[in-house]
Amino acid sequence: MAKVPVQFTLNGSETAEFIDSGSTLLHALRDKIGDTSPKGGCHQGTCGACSVIIDGELRLSCLTLAENCNGTAITTTSGLSEGGVLHPLQRAFLDAFASQCGFCTPGMIMAAKVLLDHTPNPSRDEVVQALSGNICRCTGYEPIIQAVLLAARANSQNAA
Amino acid sequence: MAIKRGRGVAAINYPTGMNLGGDPTQALVHSTPTGNFMVTLSSVDLGQGMKQIMAQICAETIGVPTDRVVVDTADTDTGPHCMGTFASRGTHRAGNAVIQAAKEARQVMLEVAAEELEVNASDLETDGLGNILVKGAPQKAISIFDVALSAHFKRGRSISGRGMFLIPRSYPEKETGAMKPSTCYAHACTVAEVEVDDETGEVTVLTVKNVFEIGRALNPKMVEQQLVGGSWMGISHALYETTEPYYPNRDHGGTDFNQYLMPGPGDLAETEIIVLERPSADGPYGAKGPGEMCANPQIPAVANAVFDAVGVRIDTLPITPERILRALRAQAAT
Ligand code: FES
Ligand code: FES
Repeated sequence: MAKVPVQFTLNGSETAEFIDSGSTLLHALRDKIGDTSPKGGCHQGTCGACSVIIDGELRLSCLTLAENCNGTAITTTSGLSEGGVLHPLQRAFLDAFASQCGFCTPGMIMAAKVLLDHTPNPSRDEVVQALSGNICRCTGYEPIIQAVLLAARANSQNAA
Repeated sequence: MAIKRGRGVAAINYPTGMNLGGDPTQALVHSTPTGNFMVTLSSVDLGQGMKQIMAQICAETIGVPTDRVVVDTADTDTGPHCMGTFASRGTHRAGNAVIQAAKEARQVMLEVAAEELEVNASDLETDGLGNILVKGAPQKAISIFDVALSAHFKRGRSISGRGMFLIPRSYPEKETGAMKPSTCYAHACTVAEVEVDDETGEVTVLTVKNVFEIGRALNPKMVEQQLVGGSWMGISHALYETTEPYYPNRDHGGTDFNQYLMPGPGDLAETEIIVLERPSADGPYGAKGPGEMCANPQIPAVANAVFDAVGVRIDTLPITPERILRALRAQAAT
């Protein structure tokens, strides 16, 4: 099959790749580009493990065609830490013991990041709402909810 | 037609490990030339924290900080034999094997230190920070770093140890049928409060209060993490999860995770966890297996709470609205 070129900004770096037409962004990121932070859980839009941020919006990379991402700016969890310093959300997930097997964690962090970008001081209900598209098998969700609230508090303290 | 409240309680004994053909796990421990320690296992860390716990157990036994220990798990081609990480056996079985291996390695380490310090190995102790001291004369000391260097390059010793923990198979006595199929029981008790809508059959879990008796919590935060997630999973088993939702015929069953229901972050009951520590006699530093049992007592507790609320006994899982409505109808017909 003829390959098609795709070009986008991935975590701040220009990225270009030839892919099979019709392949998903999840496939392009993991198997072509080598960013394995988005996870393939269900491949049908149910679990949220593959979540990435495209031009500021939360997207399921398993349901996104890679070739539709030309010219976009994509953020994945592997792009969050800077110079070896964890992003406040990553720090909070560690501190709140919000990860066990870790499979859901990158998707949860993406969903939480989009929430906090728009709503820096969310209520518990807003956190629950923001995470409701993401499945976790291990934690029972409460530690994840607490981690997001913790990151929000840490952010507002830093801003103050 | 009304929303009715009920409260149910359940208590369980939970065994660690299993009794098929004997229940063994092996561990190997060796030092690097710079006095770090490597634990080799075939047990798997799938998020339950096996690596962290085994590092703590090895470090405690040898007498070094936990960050001096590296745990290599889950290569069954190259690792010593483990039956597997299931039946809540990981901490208990592998932990005991690691203690045995670490003790043997520690003994060699002390013998090399004794040669370097020209004292008896039995007169030495570790400070837990990476040094070996003469008891009562702590100014006479050597770092484990230097001991390892000496063992490797001067004295030709391997600071290493082998560990094997086996629970032999238990056969039933012919006369009585008595046997010991499992060891080291953990315990739990749950009180669940529910609301049942007797018109729709829907169950809402309001509160879950759990007490877990788990031996000694080797890592209290990780134990708590396991128990919180487990309590959620128990509710999930009680009310949601099945591959055959609601219909007897397999053709109508779920085919993917779209149809495999679990409670989401919006469906959480108010959850309380209390940990009781009663160190077990045969566990590594008193630990038992809290793994699977943390998701068990919620199930009968919810079933009892449903009975308390609307007077029907549901004895098939999950306790779906349909099953409750059928039972209510059958009850009304009698
Ligand atoms: S893999 Fe994309 S939602 Fe599950
Ligand atoms: S930590 Fe395992 S799925 Fe969330």
